Amino acid sequence: MILENTLDDRPEGSDGADQMGHLVTGELDLSHGVALYLEDITVSFDGFKALNNLNLAINAGELRCIIGPNGAGKTTMMDVITGKTRPDSGKAFFGQSIDLTRLTEPEIAHVGIGRKFQKPTIFEQHTVFENLELAMKTDKRVWKSLMAWLAGDERDRIAETLRLIRLDKEADRQAGLLSHGQKQWLEIGMLLMQEPKLLLLDEPVAGMTDDETMRTAELFVSLAGKHSLVVVEHDMAFVEKLGGLVTVLHEGSVLAEGDLATVQNDQRVIEVYLGR
Amino acid sequence: MHKPLTLRILSSLDGKSWAALGAFLALALLVVPVLNLGTAEDSAFHISAYAITLIGKIMCYALVAIAMDLIWGYGGILSLGHGLFFALGGYAFGMYLMRQIGRDGSYGADIPDFMVFLDWKEIPWFWSGSDSFGWVALLVVLVPALVAFVFGYFAFRSRIKGVYFSIITQALTYAAMLLFFRNETGFGGNNGFTDFKRVLGHTITSPETRLVLFGLTALFLAATLIFAAWLVKSKFGRVLTAIRDAESRVMFIGYNPLWYKLTIWVISAVICGIAGALYVPQVGIINPSEMSPANSIEIAIWVAVGGRGTLIGPIIGAFVVNLAKSWFTVSFPEYWLFFLGLLFIVVTLMLPQGLVGLWKKLQEKNASRKGTAA
Repeated sequence: MILENTLDDRPEGSDGADQMGHLVTGELDLSHGVALYLEDITVSFDGFKALNNLNLAINAGELRCIIGPNGAGKTTMMDVITGKTRPDSGKAFFGQSIDLTRLTEPEIAHVGIGRKFQKPTIFEQHTVFENLELAMKTDKRVWKSLMAWLAGDERDRIAETLRLIRLDKEADRQAGLLSHGQKQWLEIGMLLMQEPKLLLLDEPVAGMTDDETMRTAELFVSLAGKHSLVVVEHDMAFVEKLGGLVTVLHEGSVLAEGDLATVQNDQRVIEVYLGR
Repeated sequence: MHKPLTLRILSSLDGKSWAALGAFLALALLVVPVLNLGTAEDSAFHISAYAITLIGKIMCYALVAIAMDLIWGYGGILSLGHGLFFALGGYAFGMYLMRQIGRDGSYGADIPDFMVFLDWKEIPWFWSGSDSFGWVALLVVLVPALVAFVFGYFAFRSRIKGVYFSIITQALTYAAMLLFFRNETGFGGNNGFTDFKRVLGHTITSPETRLVLFGLTALFLAATLIFAAWLVKSKFGRVLTAIRDAESRVMFIGYNPLWYKLTIWVISAVICGIAGALYVPQVGIINPSEMSPANSIEIAIWVAVGGRGTLIGPIIGAFVVNLAKSWFTVSFPEYWLFFLGLLFIVVTLMLPQGLVGLWKKLQEKNASRKGTAA
């Protein structure tokens, strides 16, 4: 039921406030339809160019898959978007007005970018419920946390997310005791609690059963439209199930872009994957 | 929707803990004074001045242990320089005690003896106001807070973590110790402050003054415990342990760990400062050796022995280790440090959760045995 709700009544990737014409600097502006815009991004580590003039544009509401061999720069790209790594050169914009290269990690989280790590990163000592509580979109300054007390509607939101990620029966369990697949789902749930506009998902189905993988694909497809999603994944069956455009990274820049079939038949992509 | 804060604080401890806390306060504020003043010295029920000073001193250490546990057990930040904050609070209050000596010092001068010795003619500027109890009480809180804030801000902003942070705190307290050793620094050099006569006009060694200081320490220990329980059960406490377990995730969900770490770091320093201020009049001396790196390491050992990440653990640890210490240093003074080292190794290898963890494990074993029997 919730899955369906997220799909409907969204004007093309645009936020209500933007349609009102309010453009405060620092607020997400998706009026041109672009959610994420990377231009000529270069990152080098000790002379090795992890990213080399990378260009990428993700539309609002789009679901994009990024594939590429190991070391192609997929994780570094996510590091740049989330402020963990500063590019040596190039531009990174979120919407029209937010310059990601000037913001810190928490600030980037606040403007609406959520990130799922390759290895599920959750708070193992906390319960599943507390994990979602901590992730929930709210004022996250110290004083507010000291005085915080969950309101009824906030509890409802957590309960709703718990159902969505199918962990409602595990709410009071210590998160460290969950199965690997459940941890992945919990991390996705934490992302959703942040109400991000853009979700970055690094190998979200690694370690999941086939059944869990397919359910994750359904969840992501249902989230597209309301959110923009960038999914890094090796599992081609999963990528196929997601549909949408596929971008192939290689040696730090874009090698090919198109739907999965086109990309898979691209001679250069085949060479990269099979080796020369 | 908003539960009043007082109610939240009440609910941060369970019924049993409140009862234990009440019993502790009744013991410290009623039973101990009666047994100290109301019984003959040769009576079996008599509590000696020595015992009161010893327990009062250890309660101050227990406060430091709670402060250490907040930052280490809950925040995952191991400070090996907490002795500094304790000493700063002690020195701040010691200034007031030095001024209370008045003209009763060996030189009969208006300024403390060590200043006469340095050939100073008047109180230096940073001692001004130190004859006022109110001002000094403020310094006891503000000085450790300020030092902790400035140091913590730069350390946490630069994302200095783990063993690097521990080493820097160790260096910090060592540097402060060297500074306080200098006579010209103006805090009595390596002798520090001692020979106190009065506090708020009352003779400092009188049994009544002792009991008041003892009672105040017990009250502050209880208050700190309640405050700490509320703190770690608040959302702030959950964010703090989340930072300990997965800092990058905390950042990517929008919390800035800097301010969380800094808050608990400053709170921890202030608790230490107040503990130091309660310690000095009871023990009668403060000198730079309180800032020695070994002292700060010992604080970490109390917490490790008792069980970090619990609130009762550090208190137990402070009592067990220090009672052992006062016995050892009388009976086998040369073996104390060996024993301390051995204790730390044993606890680290065999009891990662400390004595509290051991107790819990034994209880679980008992419960499961009963379970299988039934």
